Parts: sequence; structure tokens; C-alpha cells
Amino acid sequence: MRRSMLFLPGNNPNMLINGNCLGSDAVIFDLEDAVSPAEKDAARILVRNTMRYMDFGGCEIIVRINSIDTPYWKQDIDAILPEKPALILLPKTGSAQDALEADAYITQVEEKLGFARNTVGLMPLIETAMGVENAYAIASSTKRVQALFLGAEDLTADLQCKRTKEGKEIEYARTRLVVAARAAGVDVYDTPFTDVNDDEGIVKDAEYAKALGFTGKSSISPRHVEVINAVFSPTQKDVDYAYEVMEAIALAKQQGKGAIALHGKMIDAPIVTRAQRTIDMAEALGMRRGN
Amino acid sequence: MQIVKNAAAGTMESSDAYVEIEPAQELTVQLESVVKVQFGDAILSVVQDVLKENGVEKANVRVVDRGALECVIRARVETAINRGKGDA
Repeated sequence: MRRSMLFLPGNNPNMLINGNCLGSDAVIFDLEDAVSPAEKDAARILVRNTMRYMDFGGCEIIVRINSIDTPYWKQDIDAILPEKPALILLPKTGSAQDALEADAYITQVEEKLGFARNTVGLMPLIETAMGVENAYAIASSTKRVQALFLGAEDLTADLQCKRTKEGKEIEYARTRLVVAARAAGVDVYDTPFTDVNDDEGIVKDAEYAKALGFTGKSSISPRHVEVINAVFSPTQKDVDYAYEVMEAIALAKQQGKGAIALHGKMIDAPIVTRAQRTIDMAEALGMRRGN
Repeated sequence: MQIVKNAAAGTMESSDAYVEIEPAQELTVQLESVVKVQFGDAILSVVQDVLKENGVEKANVRVVDRGALECVIRARVETAINRGKGDA
């Protein structure tokens, strides 16, 4: 379950070591934008050691490496892969070829380490116009790809438009990414909301992302984590309805009926799938059925 | 492994450590830490471990600890060594 993902700068020990106390389902140790070129070597070793020596419990670890057009990305993978991050976040993925190039090198390192293939997943960061246009090809390029991730700051720079709180300028990219990811059968994560002091703005932005079909949302501030978790969690009403759906469908099967209605609405396969997903998430969150 | 040039790694920020290394004819380690009384021996032992793991037998090393965890001290010493041996 990844509702929230919190970016943490890769060369800041104070933030890295506290990463598992900030409430997010996943943390993203950042070796890219948050680290100056002169400190790439230091951050790589610090992130590796943090992963090696610290227990993050149920908080998943993702590492944003440097993009494949830099001299750093292979060294990042060499250092990080032995610690088995859940996902590698690959910045500036513009084409299926970019994802395949990263996949090929990760496969090589996995083999060297004796890991099964695809032990470490890949999450292409889509933050260029080319990446948006190639989103489905990227999402379906290799089985290693587990999700797409939208990066709106770099994308709007590439689109030559202003990044706004309302986000009209990224509307197309958001919907395009959701459709591409779902068509490829992978998850999709929304860009951070960058105004850390706008408490209402983050609620609206997260609710909108959820409404579009995003699996979860990233954040650059611990302040946003609680809101994102709440928005991307099922409500008690959702959970109760999901259990009702599963009961209704079980009854239909028992009675040999192909279809059944619940509260006047036909229950069909997509509703059952969604209900099961809600129950799975509720169970993971320790939520029970109400009355 | 030989240290061939002066190098440093880390910062003076909280939870970090600042490590300086320079070429020398023998191995010396100097530690400054607010928790030196309680953890000085443990920190020095960690620094010596990393120097040994990396085959450093001759160098002057100065560590300024700002309440760093062991994994951070290890990382900063390793980075300073890598920079001092001329690879970084």
C-alpha cells in the first residue's frame, strides 16, 4: 500500500534517519535534485548506509537515482541495489528505450548479486513532454515497471508554462498518465503539492488526484503526509459498502444468479473488483466493518 | 590504501559528522564530540573499523561529531577516504 511517498534529501542525515517516523507509506531517498554534483558521492554512501543499518519497518524505501544522461546513475545503482530498495525512481524517463536501458543495467547488477530478476522494481518519473507522449510505451516496456510517477515541476518547465496551484497546465499529463498506467496494469503516483503552508490547497489537490484515479501522491513536506494518507484511504462508508457488495455477490452465486442488485444498483465485475480492493486496503489499515 | 591528498566529508549540522583526512606517516585519529565522555570510545572504534576496512594505515583523521548515528559516521569516514585517495 502506497498512499503517500515522502521525498527526503539524500545527503541530509537528520532527515534520512527520521524518515520512518514521519507517517508516510514510503520514503523516497533522493540522490538527484536534492544533492549537488559535488556531494553525489557522499549522498550515495549515506543513503546506502541508512538502508543497511536502519530498520524502516513497514515504511517502504524508494531511491531516486540520477537520470541516465548523467555520469552518476550506474554508480547509484551499484551502491543502492545490494540494499534492495522496493523501487528505483528513474528521473526524466522520456521513452521506453530509457526504461529498457535502466532495466538492462539493473538486471546485470541483480545477476551479479544473485538476486532474482525484478527483485527491485522500476518507477519511471515522467517529467518531460516526450515522457508524457510515450507514457503507455514506458509503462509497458518491461515487467520491472511497477508504476508511473508524475513530476510536474520539470514538466511545466519543459512545456514552457507556469506551474500553478490550480494545476490546469498539468491536467492533460495527469489524465494521460492515469490512463497509460492503468492500461499497462501498473500503479500511478501524483506530483507533490509544493506550497507547504497551504493546508487547504493540499487537501484539494490530493482529492483531485484521487478522483482522477491516481494510486497515491508524493510529498516534499512531512506536513502533507497525514492529509494524503487520509484522502487516499477508504472511508468507513466505502468499507461497509464493499463488504455489502461481497456479501451480495456471494449470495448471488449461492442462488445460481449471474447478477444481483444492491440498493437498486446492479453489481457487476468492476464493482466487485473495486470492493475487494477497498477491503484489502481496509484490512491493511486495520479498519473493520462498521454497523 | 594510500591517502594522497587532503579531503573532507560531511557537515557540522545536527546528526551529521564532519571528517577531515590528510596524508601522514602514521595513523592518528582525533575526535571532537559533545557525547565524547559517554560514546567517545565507541565512535573511535567505528572510525578505526572503517579505516581498517578500507586499508588505510597512514593518515591524520579528524572527526567532529554532531550527534551522528553510527551509519552516518561510517558514511562520512568512507567518503573522506574515497576523496583522499583521489578517486572522487
